[in-house]
Amino acid sequence: MFIDFFYELRDEGVPVGTQEWLLLLGALEKGLHGSSLQRFYNLARCVLIKSETYFDAFDRAFLKVFQGVEGSLKIEDELLEWLKDPKNFRPLTDDERALLEKLSSDELMRKFLETLAEQTERHDGGGRWIGTGGRSPFGHGGEHPTGIRVGGPAKNRSAMKVAEERRFEDYRTDGTLDVRQTRVALRRLRQLTRTGAKSELDLDETIDETCKNAGEIELVWRAERRNDIRLLLLMDVGGTMDPYFDPVSKLLTALHAERGLRQFEAYYFHNCVYEELGRNARLLRREAVPTGDLLRKLDPSWKVMIVGDAAMHPAELLEPNGNIDPRRQSGTRGIDWLHRIRDHFERVVWLNPEPREDWNRYQTVRLVERIFPMFHLSVDGISDAVTALIGARVTH
Amino acid sequence: MAKKTEAAPKSDAFFQFSGTKGYIASSSLVDAVNCAIALERPLLIKGEPGTGKTLLAQHVAEGLGLQIEKWHIKSTTKAQDGLYVYDTVQRLNDARFGEGDVANIRSYIRMGPVGRAFQAEERRVLLIDEVDKADLEFPNDLLRELDEMRFTVSETSDEIVAKHRPVIIITSNNEKELPDAFLRRCVFHFIEFPDKALMTQIVGVHHPHLKTQLLDQVLIKFYWLREQSELRKKPSTSELIDWIAVLQRAGMSADDIEMHIPFLGALLKNEKDTEALEKYHDRGGRYPSEWKELGPKYNN
Repeated sequence: MFIDFFYELRDEGVPVGTQEWLLLLGALEKGLHGSSLQRFYNLARCVLIKSETYFDAFDRAFLKVFQGVEGSLKIEDELLEWLKDPKNFRPLTDDERALLEKLSSDELMRKFLETLAEQTERHDGGGRWIGTGGRSPFGHGGEHPTGIRVGGPAKNRSAMKVAEERRFEDYRTDGTLDVRQTRVALRRLRQLTRTGAKSELDLDETIDETCKNAGEIELVWRAERRNDIRLLLLMDVGGTMDPYFDPVSKLLTALHAERGLRQFEAYYFHNCVYEELGRNARLLRREAVPTGDLLRKLDPSWKVMIVGDAAMHPAELLEPNGNIDPRRQSGTRGIDWLHRIRDHFERVVWLNPEPREDWNRYQTVRLVERIFPMFHLSVDGISDAVTALIGARVTH
Repeated sequence: MAKKTEAAPKSDAFFQFSGTKGYIASSSLVDAVNCAIALERPLLIKGEPGTGKTLLAQHVAEGLGLQIEKWHIKSTTKAQDGLYVYDTVQRLNDARFGEGDVANIRSYIRMGPVGRAFQAEERRVLLIDEVDKADLEFPNDLLRELDEMRFTVSETSDEIVAKHRPVIIITSNNEKELPDAFLRRCVFHFIEFPDKALMTQIVGVHHPHLKTQLLDQVLIKFYWLREQSELRKKPSTSELIDWIAVLQRAGMSADDIEMHIPFLGALLKNEKDTEALEKYHDRGGRYPSEWKELGPKYNN
């Protein structure tokens, strides 16, 4: 049962490795759980989970594994005492530890735990309890937390309650956007270089130069390391984008607050990029910027983020004069403009506020997805998009 | 076998932290602290700004009767700075002007907070505050030192070995992701935003003579504000404490704040948030004055 918990966590997508698991076993050996399920819950969480974004997944796994047995088992007092005894947990031998440290795959881990289970069974003579826990290969450890549960029924409920409340659901990062979390995701958008005014004392060079100068102090200055990222944001506004005003404005807030960027420019369009881009969301004609000028002005090292749902009538993307604003029609197709953007800049990503499941519903989304790597407009999606913008180049 | 039913085995090395008079800690936080101490792992504390992460280290030190070494991280801090600093400029200057003991390199080596904690004759608490402020690689640069509890001063080849493993507390404001290798070695705790009951206790520590009705009104307004999703920056505990201080100075009573939120500036630090709330009030929006107007979260 105990090892089930481990795999349940992994199934929930929590990155738990052998190292954390061993640490938890070590903590149980020391008796830190103090025969209470509440404290076991606290202990397991602080040792196994390293980010509050996984607390919700942890709660769900905890519920799944430890809730089923609640109240369905009756254990004699003697057994209860045995379960309470933390010393029963056999410490690992040095050999086993060494072996375990070499392991990386789950399969080997399972084997080791099986051995451990066998030995415990021999040692304690098996019995009903072992039988119950036998579902898991890790007999002993498996019973242990369950034993705690039986040992402290009152507290047990409270730990379940904590898990049941799922208070940490808000901290998940695969759902909606939060300005702060978005800023964290964007913080990785950086490439440090030494350019600009020389304002930092270069000690090593100073010493070298001073030595060469026969001890007369010679100060050498160099430019500070700073972010060299320049970001161009192109944003779809109006129409089908209206329902996504909230996440999009939060992304904008986060980007505007991101002072680390060397340069940041934002332009707007409706449905698809054509000849002109708007300087603001009202898309006024007299304030428009020709897309071609922008491509000439910005060099290819600018990172480009396009935000839009890419959902439109196929003609808007694929036909000449596709712009739904009749005053702005022109011979170049929308898809050609998208290709020009892709060909001009080294890195472009597309952020789509629609849930990923819906992308397939529109032909145009599928087409755009073939031109640009597309990510969901969530914290996780932005984080992946940032990786695509600055990380190793991936072909798509 | 049955005789050992006591909770935790006590030994000299096993300190127990249970909060202090000036610091209210939740049970899960206390468990996390004790777990980190027993397992000899650094404790990583995350949480919203203003939930008392830095204060925790101070109070752990106080609770355990240990001295504390504080290392406040800035964006320019390097891992090396925590171990020791070799004051080249001073030495250069001394050499130039013939002052000081220039021949002895050791007199220009100054220990940083980590170095001091390692060299101390008795166990210390080591606080590494706001680790996320530094460069992304910063935590990785400290891995070996914190794992093995030793480092070498490369200028003199002296090896500094920790006489006593310090209790390491690391705080993060969550501004940057921390590297996985670093996280794996830590015990992690996330300070949740305090609920009504815990907040009442916390306020009690800072403002012991606050009237119950006033406190109730204050907390209703405070939690209501936090529920407003348009706010760019939610008010935190420290802002609540400040706000109450202002209210008390101004001699406000529960009636005064039943329908109003005076001194909004103490709670909201973003201009746009203040504007949004004023607009809401001008349009005739009202503030709640009873708990049942807040969500089910506050009424069980």
